[in-house]
Amino acid sequence: MASTIEEKPRVTLKERAAKLGESLQGSQVWNSIFRPGSIFRKGYTDSPRNRSYVIMNSVLYHLHPVKVKRHAVKVSYTLCLGGLSFFLFILLTITGIFLMFFYRPTAADAWQDIQSLQTSVTFGYMVRNMHRWAAHLMVLSVFLHMARVFYHGAYKAPREFNWVVGVILLTLTLLLSFTGYLLPWDQLALWAVTVGTNMMGYSPVIGEQVRFVLLGGVEIGAETLLRWYVLHVLLFPFVTVIFLAIHFWRVRKDGGISGPL
Amino acid sequence: MTEIPEHLLKRAQAAREKAASQGSESSGGGDESRIPDHLLERSKAAKAGGVAVADKGGAVVAAPAGGGLPVGAGPGGHTQRLLTVVKSGSIQDVKAVPVDKVHTWPHLLSIEFVAALGCTAFVFLFSWFVNAPLLQAANFNQTPNPSKAPWYFLGLQELLTMFHPMIAGVTIPGMGLIALMFAPYLDRNPSNKPEDRKFMTSLFTVHLMFWAVLVVISSFFRGPGYNFTFPWRDGIFFEL
Repeated sequence: MASTIEEKPRVTLKERAAKLGESLQGSQVWNSIFRPGSIFRKGYTDSPRNRSYVIMNSVLYHLHPVKVKRHAVKVSYTLCLGGLSFFLFILLTITGIFLMFFYRPTAADAWQDIQSLQTSVTFGYMVRNMHRWAAHLMVLSVFLHMARVFYHGAYKAPREFNWVVGVILLTLTLLLSFTGYLLPWDQLALWAVTVGTNMMGYSPVIGEQVRFVLLGGVEIGAETLLRWYVLHVLLFPFVTVIFLAIHFWRVRKDGGISGPL
Repeated sequence: MTEIPEHLLKRAQAAREKAASQGSESSGGGDESRIPDHLLERSKAAKAGGVAVADKGGAVVAAPAGGGLPVGAGPGGHTQRLLTVVKSGSIQDVKAVPVDKVHTWPHLLSIEFVAALGCTAFVFLFSWFVNAPLLQAANFNQTPNPSKAPWYFLGLQELLTMFHPMIAGVTIPGMGLIALMFAPYLDRNPSNKPEDRKFMTSLFTVHLMFWAVLVVISSFFRGPGYNFTFPWRDGIFFEL
């Protein structure tokens, strides 16, 4: 006797995963998170409408216009220097927050904290290295960005004021780097900052006062460390973010990036 | 005031002269009227029949020719006046040349993503192989020889060997920063083409190179006591 077995098609794991993914993408939760135009939304197609939505409906990307001039996406024109400076700023913020967990800005603890960060914190040395090298790289990239803008004559009308904002941002970058230089509280930090701040004392009329306020005394000491720590992790980043916002906003208001030559 | 184009002024002048000469010759002016015959016919018929004509424009223009001039009519029988000429560019943003644009996604975002990824990879790998320096704990009683500022201030430190500290540490960098800030207001040349900007390009390059040379000298050619050395002879006295 021949028995027929009713053969149901076997559901493979791949199909199950696909089905699960389908129902997840169709769910209300998913649709409430990813706004229309998001590439993670169900049924995303590469259409001009969706390309616009990707920018408009994203808090991160809407810094950009929906469309940019064709020459503006040429890497050989900008060398990505402005964008990389900003990206390094973000990288420095993230690594800096990590470092803050293991660091106390007191003359007694600072150096020891860095030492133990390097030896006994997972990824501590790595993150410290990244913070330091990214900082040097950011100074370099901001410098190069300025040179690039100058050589392209991109500071000319209507972008004059944005250039001024840029020079302020360059100064802030140097100040951020310089205040961070002291924080390891080693011989390199102490004496490099001594050399730097001695120069400040020679400013006419208010030199001594400026130096006193910045150092929290007549010489570098525990007060200076706390002061520069607060400047480094709070005040200068805060001011920088404000000027960055103005800088980016003006790039768009002044008609996008300059050129072509 | 909006400037009235030359050709319109001329046309108005010609019309005025023509009207004046017409007025002196004949008050009727039937023959020399610019109104087409068929419109005149139609308006006459309309007046005779007392029927309102749908073609209002014809009726209005025809009126002075048919009867006497209406009150307020200008020379030549015009019932309208040119108050102003608005050029299209002044109220409408006429894009003479359409700008060639591309969508930010994916054209720009993908480049930015790759750049950010490359940057992260570079910093990560560099940090993997090169450690940040950490010297002995700060000691106020022991001055390292030489003591140098961070590299971006080494140009200033080099200037200190040549000038009074107030000149080297305050005046020169201060003037430099102010000159940099005012560059767009001082540079009156509107062109951004490299061939038109030879002077500015040279000026900037000279300063940049001058600064770079100072930084390099101070970084690598200054040894104990901040005296001049050769890095290949005495080694490098430089920490990042």
